[in-house]
Amino acid sequence: MRKAILDNLIRGIATEPPPVPDAAMRDELARALAERARRTLGRSLSIRAVDAGSCNGCELEIHALSNPFYDLERFGFSFVASPRHADVLLVTGPVTKNMREALERTYNAMPDPKWVIAVGDCAKDGGCFKGSYACCAGVSSVVPVDLHLPGCPPNPTALLKGLLALLEAGAKRG
Amino acid sequence: MSQLLSQIASTKMMAHHRPWPRAAVNAEGWRFAADQLAAGRWVLVGLWGERHAVHMAVRDEAANESAVLSFAAADGRFPSVARLHPPALRLERTIQDLFGLIAEDAPDGRPWLDHGRWGMSAPLGTHGPANAARYPFLPVEGDSLTEIAVGPVHAGIIEPGFFRFTTNGEAVVRLEQRFGYTHKGLENLMAGATLARGIDLAGRACGDSTVAYSYAFARAAEEALEVNVPPRAVWLRALMAELERMANHFGDFGAICNDAGFALMLAQCSAVRERVLRTSDTAFGHRMMRDCLAVGGVARDLAAEGITAIHALLDETGRALPRLKELYDNTASLQDRTVSTGIVTAALAKQYAAGGYVGRASGRSFDARQAPSYAPYDRLRFEVPVRQAGDADARVWIRIEEIEQSRALIRQILDHLPAGDIRAELRLPGEAREGVALVEGFRGDVFAWLRVNADGTLARAHLRDPSWFQWPLLEAAIENNIVADFPLCNKSFNCAYSGTDL
Repeated sequence: MRKAILDNLIRGIATEPPPVPDAAMRDELARALAERARRTLGRSLSIRAVDAGSCNGCELEIHALSNPFYDLERFGFSFVASPRHADVLLVTGPVTKNMREALERTYNAMPDPKWVIAVGDCAKDGGCFKGSYACCAGVSSVVPVDLHLPGCPPNPTALLKGLLALLEAGAKRG
Repeated sequence: MSQLLSQIASTKMMAHHRPWPRAAVNAEGWRFAADQLAAGRWVLVGLWGERHAVHMAVRDEAANESAVLSFAAADGRFPSVARLHPPALRLERTIQDLFGLIAEDAPDGRPWLDHGRWGMSAPLGTHGPANAARYPFLPVEGDSLTEIAVGPVHAGIIEPGFFRFTTNGEAVVRLEQRFGYTHKGLENLMAGATLARGIDLAGRACGDSTVAYSYAFARAAEEALEVNVPPRAVWLRALMAELERMANHFGDFGAICNDAGFALMLAQCSAVRERVLRTSDTAFGHRMMRDCLAVGGVARDLAAEGITAIHALLDETGRALPRLKELYDNTASLQDRTVSTGIVTAALAKQYAAGGYVGRASGRSFDARQAPSYAPYDRLRFEVPVRQAGDADARVWIRIEEIEQSRALIRQILDHLPAGDIRAELRLPGEAREGVALVEGFRGDVFAWLRVNADGTLARAHLRDPSWFQWPLLEAAIENNIVADFPLCNKSFNCAYSGTDL
């Protein structure tokens, strides 16, 4: 019984990929990401996410990247727990003053080469929290940022696009 | 005068506060209220400050009556409520941090949100020099104790907060939480803002509850301004709220099982959650329905395409849920982790007036949709699931049962959705007015209180997340559980960080 359910569940996902509104673009993105990820870093890119005071909206969409629709790991990306293992720092939130030191320490703990992506409108310059006594003026006011991804929150497709853009920049720099 | 307020010796009714009455009380009346809370006769709904006053929202659940009490903290002090009623403690520490008002005889005078990094103290009151950054944790004494510090940056992709565990071997003997890392000064940004900016900010207080927060804010503002919201907007809001509830419950269902090492459920549930988000996107133009509500109605109407998509979602979730339930129920190794893990006693849930699945898994049946209720829920049929076990398993089941209820609610809403306008015009109040609202989010009741100036701008707004009364219960629930079960317990609560840090 249980095995039948499991088989059914697993086969359902594997054999019938759900329809995606812009499947063509996402497939293209997937191919491009796979090639560039290999060229730049061999086979994988490790991401450390830090919430520097976001509302949690961006975290939800970053989480969605790992769901079966986007399956980020098939591109060679993976989320890692330790900054020591990370190539990319994904930062959300305007950077609250209470999180500033934790963000700096996470960044400093990452080995070179490293990239920083600021995710979301408030990570750009504080967004709707700009000017608050409790917030810094976005991620770039605390650590050097390679790429800003706009959106409130950016959806998973926009996040995938952002990772591609970063790889392009990384390829040029390398 | 309401039954509730008539019990207090000396009160002065305040005009233009809707729909609950607000009364100014003296120190004696304030202490009387604290006594009522401590005795369990009233329930604490909220406790917040402003420059020279503190306010307390209370509810008499038996009489289904609510009121706001205000105390003028003339000399910058007010009688501590937490001295008698511990659920008020973190709220009082927050009032002290933001306004510099002192809770007299409070059992814990340490700061809460203020980490000494704002460049000032009392940012919403009379500013002083910044406080010290050093934070004394509670002392621990005893043999063979180990302390484990976790955070504010955690291993996963979650919000920042700090947990200090004291363990004896594998068993946790104490957990002390420390938050405030995501404090953005939201309520200060709201002061002086237009209502349009106010609701934008409210929708960004807590990302997973963006509908619930903008819903609560909008209703409070509409009460203050006495706006008649068009019926179609009233029903569309409930539709959004139920979609939000369903998306989050599916997400939690999978994530809780994943923290018990059962990744299959996460894969299954996150796929269903994605379907809900995409349906919301089709229906209202945003996956999380952010900025889809407005003061006076809704910002987005629902077209035929959206209705079709939601019907398809109901069919799909109707097929998926029985399978997922069975999978959960029949996986002994998973049940072994969730059953009897992280128990919240009914007494604590009642004392803290814990809302949402935390309260309902421990015998507390409160649901703001049912009482005090609000349109259109007063015309919808639904049940509030309640369980008694109080463990992680019960919190999973409450979510599953609430998904079923939300599906039924969505179907009713689509069947009875009125036609017509979606947004009412707002008129300037011409005088200061106040409004209050309680909205049932997926996590529990979100409370909003605000004062609108004569020119229609916000004088002051306060938002209270349900997690204020759930986080402390996690400290209790984890006691005597093993460290390795903390992620599971924590996820079964899934409390808000940003929502409480504001």
